[in-house]
Amino acid sequence: MADMRVRQAIVQALKDEMTNDPSVILFGEDIAAAEGPFKTSEGLLEQFGPDRVRDTPISEMAFTGAAVGAAMMGMKPVIEIMFMEFLGVALDQLVTEAAKMHYLSNGEYSVPMVVRASNASGLGFGSQHSQTLENWVNATPGLKVVTLSDAQSAYSLLRAAIAEPNPVMFLEPRILYAERGSVDTNLKMEIGKARLLQNGDQVTVVAMGNMVNVARNAIKETGISADLIDLATLVPWDRDTVLNSVSKTKRLVVVEESPFSGGWGNEIVAYVSTQLFGKLLAPAIRISTPDVPVPFSGALESRFAPTSSEVSRQIKELVEKNQAPKPWWIVEGVSK
Amino acid sequence: MNTAIQRREEVRKSELAWYERMLEIREFETQVNALFASGAIRGTTHLCNGQEAVDLAIASTLNNDDVVAATYRSHGIGLAMGLTSESVLAEIMGKATGCAGGVGGSMHLCNKSLGLLPTSAIIGGGMPIAAGAALAFQIRKEKRVALAMFGDGSTNIGSFHESMNLAAIWKLPVIYICDNNVYGEYSRINITTPIEDLHMRAESYAMPHEKVDGMDIYKVKESLANAIDRARSGGGPTFIEAKTYRFSGHSRADQALYRPEGELEKWQSRDPILVTENHLIKAGKLDSSKVAEMKAKAVKDMETTIEKVQKDPDPQINAMFKNIWAVK
Repeated sequence: MADMRVRQAIVQALKDEMTNDPSVILFGEDIAAAEGPFKTSEGLLEQFGPDRVRDTPISEMAFTGAAVGAAMMGMKPVIEIMFMEFLGVALDQLVTEAAKMHYLSNGEYSVPMVVRASNASGLGFGSQHSQTLENWVNATPGLKVVTLSDAQSAYSLLRAAIAEPNPVMFLEPRILYAERGSVDTNLKMEIGKARLLQNGDQVTVVAMGNMVNVARNAIKETGISADLIDLATLVPWDRDTVLNSVSKTKRLVVVEESPFSGGWGNEIVAYVSTQLFGKLLAPAIRISTPDVPVPFSGALESRFAPTSSEVSRQIKELVEKNQAPKPWWIVEGVSK
Repeated sequence: MNTAIQRREEVRKSELAWYERMLEIREFETQVNALFASGAIRGTTHLCNGQEAVDLAIASTLNNDDVVAATYRSHGIGLAMGLTSESVLAEIMGKATGCAGGVGGSMHLCNKSLGLLPTSAIIGGGMPIAAGAALAFQIRKEKRVALAMFGDGSTNIGSFHESMNLAAIWKLPVIYICDNNVYGEYSRINITTPIEDLHMRAESYAMPHEKVDGMDIYKVKESLANAIDRARSGGGPTFIEAKTYRFSGHSRADQALYRPEGELEKWQSRDPILVTENHLIKAGKLDSSKVAEMKAKAVKDMETTIEKVQKDPDPQINAMFKNIWAVK
């Protein structure tokens, strides 16, 4: 067990995979000489050299595509999209090329690549550098989508992602990079497997990324007995773990940092509600952001993503009344 | 050796095989057009009539372990590289026997043993992928090259510029070959592009570049051979602009009525098949009776192919669920 920050856990995972497997290569903007804008490749250029750790031009389409080609030729590229938004100019390569190659080649080619991207709000980066954007990629068969939530999952899931024979979108909530946690480097995590972080019997709370911390704090505030599930993998998400838990608690709350309309939590709620129709004590609900771009001012951004007080209010109300609570923007009458 | 590789070896070894394969491609496209018109082929098709010299130059000059990232105008390059008419037609007709098992269609041909990456239906899609394949070869110190082929329209998309830049700064063993067939979909090049000689664009990436007569396989091969040598010896990428002409419309039922009068006929007088034929006759490797015989054979072979493929089975329903996820 070692105590490390999330960003150090990422570096450690990259280092260990690169040591084990010479086909693992890294490239992205300012990841080599500058060691990454968030210091997630510290020391790697020095240890592994410029052939395997490369700075690219600011050309996401080219280097994402280059990762596809290199992966098809048997390398395992791990590329870094500095801010998830920058994937917008390269989405074709991930969604339409990488995710289709195995299918269109009758299984002859595969694309073992990892696209790491920092995402999510909370650090004052404004509307174009703060979105979560899992929803851009989560409806793409052929592409796995994973989000870290702490140092342990940063380490174990990144190693699992690099070992994957398929393209993986690996999301890293930026606000967590400096957070510390203990990491067992022998602990393996599977892609597609959710983490049951605490046990309870009144409600199941499903979250991902930084919302896991928010949900954990919220549950503590309420004193309610809850299962807390870190979904960890969004595609393919762990239906069994979630369904087993909700079968027991008979209440579901999804806490997600994505818009109320169209967020990934709809997928979870729809599936669980369908499977457990008539067996739930309360409507399955989502606690999300409002349908707005991420605002800059600290006074606004601090309310954008679900807060622990908002989450605890809604969980409490759901468990007490067995009715769907209204989100804060309706309660406060600032939006519909 | 599988049939595809055998067919590849044929065009790598014999000039006469280039001519024969060009005839096969031309007849193939003619019949695909007819089958599409009759409703026997659904979806879309993009014919390559007029551009066979570039396809054959690539297939006959690259090694078998080099790779090609091509586009949705894929029938010619697929057949040239060695896919059989049966496997391509079956794919176009959505049959289980197609090279992608019928899940791909006309725009998506592939064969790993030939180094034919799944052809992309996205303009500019294959260019960074070729760069990435070349990066793998470079890092592993293999003497292999990657080649991206694309049309003139692709030189206006961001991926083209980003890929050329990346390939140049990393000195990747990649060849970019532009089949400048004068039309990007339904628009003539002068409407969409401020220059005529697209190879000039490589100048700003400090990349060696040249234009060649794309109707003459000998010229294209010579240019390609130089580019391949440069790439294999660590000299980095090259951009080649092959001046060709698309004898057909862009896709499907497009009759290309937007063409200026006489333009098609002018280019047809330099039909790549005719150019090759003249070369071979001059060299004493072909005569008029052999030409007639080979042309008749191409027609007959295609008839047999169509007959066979039409009877081929459709994919089983589980085919759509296969090969979505690779397994370790």
